[in-house]
Amino acid sequence: MTTAATALDIVAAVRSADRRAVDVLDDHLAAIEAGDNEIHAFNLVTAAEARRVAEAVDRRVAAGEDPGPLAGLPVALKDNLCTAGIPTTCSSRILEGWRPPYDATVVERLADAGAVVVGKTNLDEFAMGSSTENSAFGPTRNPHDTTRVPGGSSGGSAAAVAARFAPLALGSDTGGSIRQPAALCGVVGMKPTYGAVSRYGLVAFASSLDQIGPLARTVADAAALYQVIAGPDPRDATSIPQPTPDVSAALADGVAGLRVGVVTELCEAEGMQPDVVARVRQAVAALEQAGAKVDDVSVPAAVYGLSAYYLIAPAEASSNLARYDGVRYGLRVDAPTTGEMYDRTRTAGFGAEVERRIMLGTYALSAGYYDAFYGKAQRVRTLIIRDLAAAYERFDVLVSPTTPSTAFPLGAKTADPLTMYLNDVCTIPSNLSGQPAISVPFGAGDDGLPVGVQVMAPALDEVTLFRVAAALEAAAPPREEPA
Amino acid sequence: MSTTAAGTATDWEIVVGLEVHAELATRTKLFCGCPNRFGDEPNTNVCPVCLGLPGSLPVLNEQAVALAMRLGRALHCEVRRSIFARKNYFYPDMPKDYQISQYDLPINVEGWLDLPSGQRIGIERAHMEEDTGKSTHVGGGGRIHEAGYSLVDYNRAGVPLLEIVSKPDLRSAEDARTYVSELRRILLATGVSDAKMEEGSLRVDANVSVHPTDEPFGIRCEIKNLNSLRSLGRAVDYEARRQIELREAGEPVRQETRHWDESEGRTGTLRTKEEAEDYRYFPEPDLVPLDPDDEWVARIDASLPALPAERRSRLAEAAGVAATTGAVAVAVERGLDELTLGAIDAGADAARVLTHVEHNLAIDGAERLDPGKLAALVSMETGGELTATQAKDVLVEMVATGGDPAAIAKAKGYEAMGADALVAVVDEVIAAHPDEWTRFVEGDGKARGKLTGFFVGQVMRATKGQADGKSVTDLLRRRADA
Amino acid sequence: MAHITRDEVAHVARLARLRLTEDELETFTEQLAKVLDHARDVEALDVADVPPTAHPYPLVNVLRPDEERPGLARDVVLAEAPAAEDGQFRVPPVLGEAP
Ligand SMILES: [Mg+2]
Ligand SMILES: [Zn+2]
Repeated sequence: MTTAATALDIVAAVRSADRRAVDVLDDHLAAIEAGDNEIHAFNLVTAAEARRVAEAVDRRVAAGEDPGPLAGLPVALKDNLCTAGIPTTCSSRILEGWRPPYDATVVERLADAGAVVVGKTNLDEFAMGSSTENSAFGPTRNPHDTTRVPGGSSGGSAAAVAARFAPLALGSDTGGSIRQPAALCGVVGMKPTYGAVSRYGLVAFASSLDQIGPLARTVADAAALYQVIAGPDPRDATSIPQPTPDVSAALADGVAGLRVGVVTELCEAEGMQPDVVARVRQAVAALEQAGAKVDDVSVPAAVYGLSAYYLIAPAEASSNLARYDGVRYGLRVDAPTTGEMYDRTRTAGFGAEVERRIMLGTYALSAGYYDAFYGKAQRVRTLIIRDLAAAYERFDVLVSPTTPSTAFPLGAKTADPLTMYLNDVCTIPSNLSGQPAISVPFGAGDDGLPVGVQVMAPALDEVTLFRVAAALEAAAPPREEPA
Repeated sequence: MSTTAAGTATDWEIVVGLEVHAELATRTKLFCGCPNRFGDEPNTNVCPVCLGLPGSLPVLNEQAVALAMRLGRALHCEVRRSIFARKNYFYPDMPKDYQISQYDLPINVEGWLDLPSGQRIGIERAHMEEDTGKSTHVGGGGRIHEAGYSLVDYNRAGVPLLEIVSKPDLRSAEDARTYVSELRRILLATGVSDAKMEEGSLRVDANVSVHPTDEPFGIRCEIKNLNSLRSLGRAVDYEARRQIELREAGEPVRQETRHWDESEGRTGTLRTKEEAEDYRYFPEPDLVPLDPDDEWVARIDASLPALPAERRSRLAEAAGVAATTGAVAVAVERGLDELTLGAIDAGADAARVLTHVEHNLAIDGAERLDPGKLAALVSMETGGELTATQAKDVLVEMVATGGDPAAIAKAKGYEAMGADALVAVVDEVIAAHPDEWTRFVEGDGKARGKLTGFFVGQVMRATKGQADGKSVTDLLRRRADA
Repeated sequence: MAHITRDEVAHVARLARLRLTEDELETFTEQLAKVLDHARDVEALDVADVPPTAHPYPLVNVLRPDEERPGLARDVVLAEAPAAEDGQFRVPPVLGEAP
C-alpha cells in the first residue's frame, strides 16, 4: 500500500492492525520530504507531534480499543485553523510565530477520531485569494503542472491531497476557497451548510460566509472526514443545533429519480471557458444516463453574487482583521505612540491583497456608504436565497462548473484583482445562501488539466449532495494522476 | 418645569440627558466563561474569547440577557427582538478593536423612571454591550498625554454592561444627580448591578445643552468621565454655565465630546463633531438575533421586587404624608419600609415611627426589628411613659438584643412618668413662677418660644430629666390657652 | 455613486490604520474603483422592499449558561505579547482617550 491508497482503505488497514499508523505516517512524511520542496503545500510539517499521535493510535489498536473512525489517517490542516502550541500563521507576516493557546473544534474532533495531523498548509493570506499566490511565504504550485497555480485560498490543502502528501485535508471556504482549488488540483472539495461545522478556532475572514470543509481524493473519503468534523458546538453561536445525518450511508444509492438542475447563469458566467462547460454537460449527461431527471434552470440573481460577495466579505474582513494591531500577539513594529505602532505594524504585517480588501470593506461600511454598499449587498443576498429556493422547489440538486477555467499560470492574474475575483463566480452563490456544495473532478480541459463539476444542495441536505457527487465520480473519465 | 440660571438677563433652560453604563451582576462575562470579578490580579480572568484571539467566537450569556430585561421591565420598557452590532475603532484596551454592542435594534426601548419628586424621566433605550479592558498610563503622573507608556489589563474586557439612555428630560444638575441616585436604587433593588461608582461598575456620560426658554433646544455637548455623583453635578453646572456664557457672548456652542477634569473643576474638548469617529457599525455576524418570547418576559415581570418608587408611595399613603417626605425616602433607601408599615399597622403613631426610622435606626440590624415591638415603644413614648431620649436608648437596645421595650425601659430604670404625675409637676412649676407665666400667656409667638424653654427646663429639673419635652410643651400650651 | 477618489482611499486607509505610499495610493484607487465599478450592477438594483440577510441560517436566542469556564494562564497569554510588564500588556504611549 502506498500513499495512493484511499483514506478509507488506510483506516481499515490500521484499525485491523494490518498496517501500523506510524508506517502510514512515515510513507506520507517521505512523500512530503520528496515532493514539497517543489510544491510548497505546507507552511509547517509537524512530524514529531504526528509521530506521537500515530504511536498512540497503534497502542490503542494493540490494546484492542477503538482507535476512532479516522485512526492513523494523516490529515493536512489549512494554516488558518488554530492548533494549540503549534504556529498558526494564516500565511501572514502579522501572525508569524504566533502559537494559539487552544485547538479549533475541528482539530479536537480530528484528534478524538484518531486522525494524525501532519502539518499546516499554505493559503492566500487570511484566505483572501484564489491562487495561493497571496501567501507571505511564497506560492504553492499545482501538482499537475508546477508552472500553474493550485487555486486558492486552500491551495496548500488541495495540493497536499493531489500530491498524495496526505489522503485528507481541511480547508475553509468563504467564496469557493475549498471547491475552486479542489477543481484546479483534481480532487474532491466540499463546503458544508453554514453552521454545520463549528467555526470555533477558524481564524475569521468573513464570519457570515466562512465554513470549514474536507478535501480528499474520493467522495467517500470526503464524506468520512465531514462526518467527523460536523455537528453542533456550543462554542459557536451560529452552529446549527442538529445532529449530523450519516452522509456515507447513501453514497451507493445512485441518482435514479433525482431531479438535477443545470444553472444557466453559471454556465454562461463571465470568463467561462467552453471546454469546461463541455465537461459539465458531459457530467450531467452521465447523471441522466444513471436515471436522474435533468433540466436547465435559471437562477437570475446568481449573476449579482460576485458583486454582493465583494462588498460583504471585505466588510466583515475589515472588522475581523482589526485585532492584528501589535498589542497582544504576533508582529509589532515599534513606534513612539500606540497609534503609529498600529499603522506601522499593520502596514508591515499585511500583504497587498489583504490591505486592498480591508480598505474595500472599510469603505463599504463607512458613514454614508453603508446603505449603498453593505446594506444593499445584504438585500441582494436575500434575492439569491429566494431564487435558489425557487430552483430547489423543482430540483433536488443544482449543477454548474466549479470554476470558469482550469488552473492558470502563476502570475497570470496577480496584477488585476478583478480578474482574479472572477474565479469565484460559480462558487459564491452557495456561500451567500449558506447552502452546501461540492466539487468533483470530471475529466480534463483542452489543456489536459483537471475540471471540477460543482453540485449544490439545499441547506442541511449533505446526504443528497454526497450521493450525487458519488454518482458523478463513478461516471467520470479515469483521472490523470500528477507525476 | 424649568430651572433658570441666576444672574442672567435671559431665562436659560438647562437640558440634560444621561447615558449610564451599569455592569451587570453576572458570574461570568458577556460572551465567555471568565469570571466577572473586580479587583483580581491583572490578566488572570481572560480566555481566547475575551482576549479576541484569532478564531475565537462569542456566545451570549443567558443571565446577562435576563438581567438586562429585568432592568428594562423595571423601567417600564418594551422588550424587543434585538441584534448585536460591531462598533469599530482602534484602542488598546479593546481586544478585537471593535466593541460588540446593540445599536439600531436594542433589547429595551421606550420606558420611564419617576424621580422621588414625581417628575417622570423618559428612557429611550437600555442596551447590552461589552466593557473594555483597563489601561494604566505609566509616567507623567498617570496623565495620558505625558505618559511614557501604558499597561493594559483585560480582566474587565467583555464584562457585560447595560447602557441606559435617558431622554433629554432632566433640567438641572440636581435633577441629574437625583436621576442617577434613583436609577442606582432600582439597579440594586432588582439585583441587576452592584452599581458601585467608586469601582466603576456605574459610569455616567452627560449630554448637556442650554436654550432660552422661548427657543428650541440648543446644540449639545457630551461630557465623559463622570465617576461620582459629585462630579456629575459639578460637571453639568460647569458645562451649562460655559454654554450660557458662550451664547451670551454671541458665540455658538460647538457640538463636541468633552472630558471632565475633576481636579481642575472644568470640562475640556476631547473631540469635535468633525473629528468624531466613523464607527462603521454593522450586524455582528458571530451572534444571532435575540428574541425573548412573551413567556420569558412574563417570568421576568413576575420576579421583579417592589421598586423604590412604588414602596415610597405605599409607605407615604400608610403614614398619611407626601411621597416626597424625606423620612419616607430614607425608610425605603434603608430597606426599613416593611418595618415602618408594620409598626403603623400595629397602631403606632406614624410620625413618631418615621422619626425613629429617619434619625435613630441608621444602625445594623434595624431591619430585623419586630414591628410590633417598635409600635409598643412608640405608644409608651406617646403615652408619656418614656421621653424621646429614653425612647432612643431603648430602641438601640431593642435592635441589639431583640428585647421587649417595657422590659428594657424598666431595666434601665426609666421610671414610668404617668401623664397625671406630669400634669401635677407642670402645675407646680407654673404656680412657682407667676410673672413668667403671665408673660407666657400674654406673649406673642416669639416670647412664648423663649419662655417655653424656661418652663421646660424647670420641669426637667423637677423631674430629674424624666419628663418628655414635647409633652411638657403641649401641656403648657393647653394650660395657657384654657 | 461617484468613483472612489484618491482622497477617499487615503481616508479609508487612515480608518483602517494602514499607511500607503503615494504609488500604493495610486494603484489602490484604480483597483478599488474597478471592483466598485463591477458592483454597479448591485447598486442599480431596486431592493428597497427586500429584507437584508445577515445570517444564512435563521437561528435565534443562542445562549450559554452563566457558568465559569477555565480561562488561560497569564504567563501563557503574556508569552505571546510583543511587550509585557507587571502582568500586563505594554504599549507605547496612547494619545487620547477612548472614544
Ligand atoms: Mg455604548
Ligand atoms: Zn474570557
